[in-house]
Amino acid sequence: MSTVLEMRKVNAWYGATQVLHEVSLAVGEGQITALLGANGAGKTTTLRAICNLMVRTTGSLALLGDDISNTVTEDIVRLGVAHVPDGRGTFKSLTVEENLKLGAYARADRATIGRDYERVYGYFPRLAERRRQQAGTLSGGEQQMLAISRALMLQPKLLLLDEPSFGLAPIVVREIFSILKSINANDGVSMLLVEQNANMALKIAHVAYLLETGAVVMSGDAGAIASDEAIRRSYLGH
Amino acid sequence: MSGLALQILSGLATGGIYASIALALVMIYQATHLVNFAQGEMAMLSTYFAWMLFAGGMGYWQVFFLTVAASFLFGMVIERIVIRPISGGSVLSVITVFIALMIIMTSFAGWVFTFTIKSFPSPFSDCWKITPLLSPHEVGMIAVTLAMLALVFAFFRFTPVGLAMRAAALDPVASRLVGIRVSRMLALGWGLAGAVGAVAGMMAAPIVYLDPHMMGGILIYGFAAALLGGINNPWGAVLGGLIVGVLENVCGTYLVGTELKLTIALVLIVGVLLLRPAGLFGKPTVTRV
Repeated sequence: MSTVLEMRKVNAWYGATQVLHEVSLAVGEGQITALLGANGAGKTTTLRAICNLMVRTTGSLALLGDDISNTVTEDIVRLGVAHVPDGRGTFKSLTVEENLKLGAYARADRATIGRDYERVYGYFPRLAERRRQQAGTLSGGEQQMLAISRALMLQPKLLLLDEPSFGLAPIVVREIFSILKSINANDGVSMLLVEQNANMALKIAHVAYLLETGAVVMSGDAGAIASDEAIRRSYLGH
Repeated sequence: MSGLALQILSGLATGGIYASIALALVMIYQATHLVNFAQGEMAMLSTYFAWMLFAGGMGYWQVFFLTVAASFLFGMVIERIVIRPISGGSVLSVITVFIALMIIMTSFAGWVFTFTIKSFPSPFSDCWKITPLLSPHEVGMIAVTLAMLALVFAFFRFTPVGLAMRAAALDPVASRLVGIRVSRMLALGWGLAGAVGAVAGMMAAPIVYLDPHMMGGILIYGFAAALLGGINNPWGAVLGGLIVGVLENVCGTYLVGTELKLTIALVLIVGVLLLRPAGLFGKPTVTRV
């Protein structure tokens, strides 16, 4: 199995404050890799470090074997990294359709865009009903669906998801996670999934990393981590 | 009665100019949340550029389109060498730079072209005389302004780049995450504002004549128009421009007299800021602190 993303000994700073300490992780092709940890552990910062967004980093970052540690955010997107940021990052006063159009803005293969609209509307039929509505008028769950759909419009090689469960009702979270799982299974989209909700994330992930105060403290097969009592008690809080 | 109709119609004609300037202001405001006080002077320099081309013996529409293109580049250059280095600075320092630009441009024009008032040609001959109430230039001015506004709106509404520019103004970080080069969009916005301003300048010059201060009053009307319509709403700015144009003419004729016309714009500015800061069509902005 080849590796889509490889982070080696990445440090990251906001100004003078170091947030990540020698973080190394890998995302395998076609896999869902979960990155778990408490609030403030550095999960969001890890995603920002990958996209070279708002943080200063050292260490090596490789996408499909090519170094991207000095590439600017806009070009990393063009290489096929789609980021669903915390707070979702949808354009609230633009329509659902315009948001999706922007998702495809940077993609190279423009011939199949039409087919991809149908594909994301297939996963999220509610967005199809609301395609002419402003994104800001959608419910929280629908906005999260829109954010994921917009990222899919890039035809990403790697999908970064920053807490897709945040602020949503449990039933909506379950719905979104099961759709993420089928997107991964049907289309083979590799994902790096950041979550506080470890239970949900471990259910759909293949591999998991545990982050604590900016360093990786444990990693391994998601199923093994989920079933290990000691790890659950010390790191996942239940 | 026909007196009033005359005032309203010619108010609409000059209102088109205010609408253009207001639109240019709104375009830059949406992207930067700052009002470009040098907008009028940029338009004035564009108009002088056109005047030089006329002196070189070129035809009107050649000059027109060349000036629009040059002003587009001029706007991008201003953004690149003056605005970008200070972006992220305090509001006060950026405003100071805008005012400095305004003064520098006026003085530069005065130094190169002198402060003597010059006449500026109109391309509209007598076949544009469709109503006894309006001069051919006023009719043509309305047509050109409407055509330009329609073009600008079509650009923002229907083209991918227009959509990307709107996105970049709404949320720069999210825009970078879909691959939009935000700084390039900002430069493009300044270019467009420069081009729109140039059209306004060339349409206004046959009426107000060409001199380094020609856009001073127009900028105040344009600012009043943008505020009245809502500084974050391009449609509002255009409508605001037409309203200000008509109000200025009608009140100037029947209430305060021509000498005090500019006061109406100032009263409007103060009134809008006091009573309805978001403007007639703008959305109030809420900031979490």
